Amino acid sequence: MSIEHRDDTGARFGMWLFLYTEVILFSGLFILYAMALSKFPQQFAEASHKLNIYFGSINTIVLLTSSLTIALAVTAIQRGRIRQTLILCGVTVALALLFLVNKYFEWSEEIGHGIYPGSEHLAEMGPGVTNFFNLYYFTAGLHGLHVFIGATLISIVAVLTAKGKVTSDRYTLLENSALYWHLVDLVWIFLFPLYYLIL
Amino acid sequence: MSEKTTYTGFWQESPRTGILGWLLTTDHKRIGILYLGCIITMFIVAAILGLAIRLELIAPGRTIMDAQTYNATFTVHGIIMIFMFLIPSIPAAFGNLLLPIHIGARDVSFPKLNLLSWYCYIVGGVLAVTSIFSGGGAPDTGWTFYVPFSTQTNTNVSLAAFAAFMLGFSSILTGINFVTTVHRLRCKGMKWGRLPLFVWTLYATAWIQVLATPMIGITLVLIILERTFGAGLFDVARGGDPILYQHLFWIYSHPAVYIMILPGMGVISEIIPTFSRKPLFGYWAMALSSLAIAFAGSLVWAHHMYASGMSDLAILIFSFLTFIVAIPSAIKVFNWVSTLYKGSIELAPPMLFALAFIFNFAIGGLGGLALGAAASDIHLHDTTFVVGHFHYVMFGGGGFALFAAMHYWLPKFTGRMYNHKMAVIGWALLFVGFNVTYMAMQAVGIMGMPRRYYDYIPEFTTLNLVSTIGSWVMAVGLIIMFANLWHGLRKGRPVGKNPWGGATLEWDIPSPPPMENFGEEDPVVTKGPYEFKGVVADEY
Amino acid sequence: MSEHTHEPVPYRTFILIWVALLILTGITIAVSRVHLGALNIWIALGVASIKSSLVIFVFMHLRQESKLFKIGLLVMLSILAIFIGFTFFDVLYR
Repeated sequence: MSIEHRDDTGARFGMWLFLYTEVILFSGLFILYAMALSKFPQQFAEASHKLNIYFGSINTIVLLTSSLTIALAVTAIQRGRIRQTLILCGVTVALALLFLVNKYFEWSEEIGHGIYPGSEHLAEMGPGVTNFFNLYYFTAGLHGLHVFIGATLISIVAVLTAKGKVTSDRYTLLENSALYWHLVDLVWIFLFPLYYLIL
Repeated sequence: MSEKTTYTGFWQESPRTGILGWLLTTDHKRIGILYLGCIITMFIVAAILGLAIRLELIAPGRTIMDAQTYNATFTVHGIIMIFMFLIPSIPAAFGNLLLPIHIGARDVSFPKLNLLSWYCYIVGGVLAVTSIFSGGGAPDTGWTFYVPFSTQTNTNVSLAAFAAFMLGFSSILTGINFVTTVHRLRCKGMKWGRLPLFVWTLYATAWIQVLATPMIGITLVLIILERTFGAGLFDVARGGDPILYQHLFWIYSHPAVYIMILPGMGVISEIIPTFSRKPLFGYWAMALSSLAIAFAGSLVWAHHMYASGMSDLAILIFSFLTFIVAIPSAIKVFNWVSTLYKGSIELAPPMLFALAFIFNFAIGGLGGLALGAAASDIHLHDTTFVVGHFHYVMFGGGGFALFAAMHYWLPKFTGRMYNHKMAVIGWALLFVGFNVTYMAMQAVGIMGMPRRYYDYIPEFTTLNLVSTIGSWVMAVGLIIMFANLWHGLRKGRPVGKNPWGGATLEWDIPSPPPMENFGEEDPVVTKGPYEFKGVVADEY
Repeated sequence: MSEHTHEPVPYRTFILIWVALLILTGITIAVSRVHLGALNIWIALGVASIKSSLVIFVFMHLRQESKLFKIGLLVMLSILAIFIGFTFFDVLYR
């Protein structure tokens, strides 16, 4: 196109708007959670105890750290340090994969105990517990999907950076992927206490 | 095609030629035309289904289809009309065509995203049509996909829900694009106080699209997951709550009705001043009432649920809040009428559609108050009064606004004029047929006929017959209108750049507009959108 | 094009924020082991809000963005509060 128009602030603003839609998307599940919690406080606490707090805490640290590395990557590209940017992106993606591997082990353990949406064993534990785990699987699943998408995005941006398409002069793509990654982190910041730490 | 019938402007200029020049275009006008074509096609399909419903209801008992087909017909009619016609109609088609021109920009902020949004629409449309003919048969839940039926029926609900999800995504992308465009790409001198009202309403609509649509996304995903895993998220026995489904659904779907009507109000706010040759009465009241409607629209969703078994306190609060929405809507109607007062009114076809809009919208809006009041709603809930009411607002409002926009702006984009006499005949049939159809429907609803029922008691026969006759008058009107537009916009007399004497920016550029709207120089705006002094309409 | 780019945020700032986030995580875990009844959930949400503000304002550079971004966020959060809050009118009083 002959329209040579560049608007980095506009692009960032568009990304923020997109993040709003993501927040509202997750909020649907959080509404269901809030209503169920007010209905079954005891059962939710009981169900929360069945979740492995170590997996949850480690994953929290993993995600917070990955959020740090991608934030550092933005500063690195602004300063024109391409190699540092690539390393930081790489670390972020590695942490994302670590998160997913952790999640895999956690879910395998729970499914091994017969706890998964629609299972007989879950139904025997009563409506409150069933609802808790349904919501847990759907929310954490949707979040996991976002982790996967975010990691893919950052990998793509890293490749573009290596090819010189993303530079210290033109880095909106990296900035916006970083914003997306921080959103993934934000969702987890709420998800973690609400599902793992209810007493 | 002879030399005389070739279009110029953006129809000709394109970096790619032929069909790829359309399928891979990032030009907002071409995308608008693509949207318009799809939307009109979808409208015609769904209108035929609507006629079939009315024909089935012409007399008690079986007339043309069995009960299961009837359930599928009204469901598919609803899904197509809501998700594929009304929601994208004015924002995606005319918003794309006009928003950048109105603010003096050369395109939207994210042209590629704009094209992606059209492809999401196409994917959603194809999936929705596929869901009718595959799997366990067309969905039969009604467009609302209420649980528990939607998680249990064997029909193709999952695919239809996924189709609606894609259409929602398309709508979100359009919303993001428009909000950013209005903030970032206004030309020099285009202050907020100089934005045409159509831009204000599109802006308010775009915010609703961004902030409400994801809620229907997650709701539909949950329906699909429920059908796949059977988790019981909305099943009381397993700790779920079916009423919460209705909350999630209406948190989006109530604001969605403002996605459907607000841009229509914007169209009317453009047309009324032009054909009254008078500045719009109360510019800021109109602009801010658009934002107020968008905001208040997100406070009132549970007024669809008075009969669902939710708490009495919630009924009281939501009923009260519902009346608040009436205030900005009434401001709009008063200001349109005040603009007409002592104006030099010209009853051109777009103006006739605009006046019909005000008439229909006023009836629909007042009916809405009867439904918003909890006491009267208990009687009227789920009767054909509700069906009549929302057709008055959505079709008599949103639909007529789209037709008004087509008569007002399409000559701009094709450079040709349709036959006015035929347009008036089409309008008259449409207007009369519309009111006969839905007024009869409202009347029989007050008598107690439930909506979505296949059969009815003999007492309701006369009014149902009247309603069906009205639907055919409306159908003839639609055929005349579309035929006249199609013929006129391809073969009609060429028009100059300003056939109606409008004062907004689009009337300053050639018809059809060139590829980047404005020549070499970016436009500079020095006056408001409704200052008609010195504006002369071109002869045609 | 000065309007389009931010000053780079120093590494040190980000690392400090990260340390703060980890400390807050520790606090929220520790507090959750003490029985405080309904207060537990409010403390958990409060700490989570502080953590997310740190992420939003520093990691996501909102501090450096124009007013438009901040108003947008505020609008989104108010709408979110309405969606969640108004649903309670039904569920709590049924």
